[in-house]
Amino acid sequence: MKTIVGYSDKISATPGEAIKFMVSCTGAKSYRAEFVRIIHGDTNPAGPGYKEEKIKAPALAKTFPGRKQEIHAGSYVAIPDSPLFHDLSSFSVSALIWPTTPDKGRQSLLSKWSERSKGGFQLVVDGNKGVAFVLGDGSGKTEEFGTGKALVGREWYFVGATYDAASKQVHVYQEPMEQYAKIDSTAHAKGVSKLKSVARPDGPLVMAAHAKDDSGGRLACAGHYNGKIERPKLANRALSRLELENLHAALVPSDLATAIVGDWDFSRDIMSVKVSDMSPNRLHGEIVNMPARAMKGHNWTGKEMDWKHAPRQYGAIHFHDDDLYDAGWDVDFEFTVPANQKSGVYAVRVYTETDEDFMPFCVKPPLGKAGAKICFLMPTASYMAYANEHMPTNATLAEMLTGQLAVLYPHDVFLNEHREYGASNYDTHSDGSGVCYSSRLRPILNMRPKYASWLGGAGSSLWQFNADGHIADWLEAMGYEFDVVTDEDLHHEGFARIAPYKAILTGSHPEYWSKPAWDALDAWKRQGGRLMYMGANGWYWRVAFHPEKPGMMEVRRGEGGIRAWAAEPGEYYHSFTGEYGGLWRRQGKPPQMVAGTGFSAQGFDISSYFKRQPDSFNPRAKFIFEGVGKDEIIGDFGLIGGGAAGLELDRADRLLGTPPHALVLASSEGHTDIYMVVCEELLINYPAATGSQSPLVRADMVFYELAGGGAVFSSSSIAWSGSLSHNNYKNNVSKITDNVLKRFVDEKPF
Amino acid sequence: MYQFDPKALHLAKEFNAQPIGKHSAELQKVLNLFRGEAMKDKYVLVCTEPHKRWVLSQLTGVRGEKVRMTNHVFTDIDEAERFVFKLRWKKYTGKELRD
Ligand SMILES: [Fe+2]
Repeated sequence: MKTIVGYSDKISATPGEAIKFMVSCTGAKSYRAEFVRIIHGDTNPAGPGYKEEKIKAPALAKTFPGRKQEIHAGSYVAIPDSPLFHDLSSFSVSALIWPTTPDKGRQSLLSKWSERSKGGFQLVVDGNKGVAFVLGDGSGKTEEFGTGKALVGREWYFVGATYDAASKQVHVYQEPMEQYAKIDSTAHAKGVSKLKSVARPDGPLVMAAHAKDDSGGRLACAGHYNGKIERPKLANRALSRLELENLHAALVPSDLATAIVGDWDFSRDIMSVKVSDMSPNRLHGEIVNMPARAMKGHNWTGKEMDWKHAPRQYGAIHFHDDDLYDAGWDVDFEFTVPANQKSGVYAVRVYTETDEDFMPFCVKPPLGKAGAKICFLMPTASYMAYANEHMPTNATLAEMLTGQLAVLYPHDVFLNEHREYGASNYDTHSDGSGVCYSSRLRPILNMRPKYASWLGGAGSSLWQFNADGHIADWLEAMGYEFDVVTDEDLHHEGFARIAPYKAILTGSHPEYWSKPAWDALDAWKRQGGRLMYMGANGWYWRVAFHPEKPGMMEVRRGEGGIRAWAAEPGEYYHSFTGEYGGLWRRQGKPPQMVAGTGFSAQGFDISSYFKRQPDSFNPRAKFIFEGVGKDEIIGDFGLIGGGAAGLELDRADRLLGTPPHALVLASSEGHTDIYMVVCEELLINYPAATGSQSPLVRADMVFYELAGGGAVFSSSSIAWSGSLSHNNYKNNVSKITDNVLKRFVDEKPF
Repeated sequence: MYQFDPKALHLAKEFNAQPIGKHSAELQKVLNLFRGEAMKDKYVLVCTEPHKRWVLSQLTGVRGEKVRMTNHVFTDIDEAERFVFKLRWKKYTGKELRD
């Protein structure tokens, strides 16, 4: 079991820049830390083995006190306390809601509550009690007035409650928008409060949860609600049923308008974490832990699919009890990247006698000061998409996809039991809805050296970060000088970040791309850049980064593609940017337009090999096959599934944008029937779409020149880099990669 | 549910020769049945020593519930595959699969 874990505030830094580290250590009273450069994180004894370089770091050479730091997952809205809340004696609340787990137990919709004194009020959804109003006098006495009728999940309801301080009368309403025969969940409950008064505790007004503890300046909540809330309102007197409804009218009658204390409109500020109060009181607040915005409201007509065209129809926020943005831990130490530290993949390793954790980051050169002609582009957007994925413990398909028992590693066991560490974009929330946001401000236990994955095929079983170590290790073993840059650097700094490089090597699976990062790479290619696509299933999903908050990414799994979940119709546009989400291919930009090949098939058991194609004998490709025999099988060896062609495979296709002059140098063959054609290729599904029969189950190795003097080489297989180190780096996969890179760093234009 | 002949012992023989990798269409159908089981009580391996030691375990099918480790420990992944194949063969055919 993991007993020490941590994270950093940055994923990339320049020499001289400070990085903050947050650590939770439960396994020992203290821990130690060291600065390491990660060379090869694969521990497989069949390969070169684990390699790191320890670097002197006096600032870390001491003992740090270990302490447990908690993560409070679950999203909510917090409205800072206001005297207006304390002025309330009678009050009413109302909202439109779409609960997704009404039977989960008590969940707060809107609350002004103190858990310590049990004082205040909460409008809740509470299982068979239905919608209920919870009141507390602040001395420990509480009451709950429920309708007694359970809500139907994933249905819109108008809900409300009123309390009259003089008569002590309480009313609770729940009214479904859709009426079903045999199911009656409409209710109006009445009661009389026996409390002397309802307390008005300090602390924020909270939506989708209630305050539990605010000690240490950090609010912790409980009673998290799953589902959507739209247009919550608070009024300063006990309103009638008609008045409650009129609160939601387009034009609120003036005598009623004066009763409004807060009128929160979630259709505003969709790209922001802000929540705006439309009343004259301006009781604005913020969302915490990133609930999903740009969600369809009760009034969505289907006429508009883009929230920007009809924001009023997207006035709902979908809250989840397992949402997480920033773990918010206290800082254990700050570490400044030494001046003149060369660019590379580094980590701070924290360790006790029984456990360790690595907090990896990229050291990039100062902007405009490249240290080499070669750049390794670390696909951190893709690392984030997979961050803390729970597929081996949650996805029924895991064993089918891999053709072998799902292998769980210690971090999988830990994450299964610690849902508060947040999910990946491959998971669903506890209520079954897809996880469309992912944050790196939390320990990401599958972005670590030594980490293995159920998804990485037989052998080393690596995926993403640790698999990409095969590429960086090979560069080093072959004596190449190279810089490292991340997706986020490219996204934020644009073309200037990569302008100096002659050649860029991608990671093994650069799947997630924002528009700014795409444009920067495109500009670089047009100006003579030479791209080495060292993997497959790249340039697949469009993603967005939050415009205000660092380290948070969005993906909407719309329309098609290999999807771990499907976005709801009408929710395909990013809330962060308003861009249309989903596959780049669905937006007229298939990966073939970037690297000549694009996603064609996948399978996760064993890998295969490549065979040379006629184009490989074209004089234009001569330099690539220098030292490789005419009939030589390429890559029938390797640490990832035992071959260079495996896991995910890309193919050339002129109709999807492969340039007309591209050379298909080699293609893979002989894949197992675990390999299947990707679903976006199947307009009509048919038998024979698997490895032994479908011609689409193949990887095409491709080369072509670019108009600006640059060029592209694509291995088109995730397993490719796992073969580089075979036979002490002397093999035909290494040879081909080396031949390409040698020519690519040559100034001479193609 | 897919039915297969419990007397088709050649499938067990084929599987045991190579648990992970290429399989005949007939065996693949049986494996699809075996490997496509629901998450409740589904067999998984917990790797307790990288590349060396795997503990046969079962999921509960309930999110967040602990993975249940069994007493069966393997030092070879193929051996674990063969062991689980046997358990599943028994489950679906009612017949013990002998070595
Ligand atoms: Fe992927």
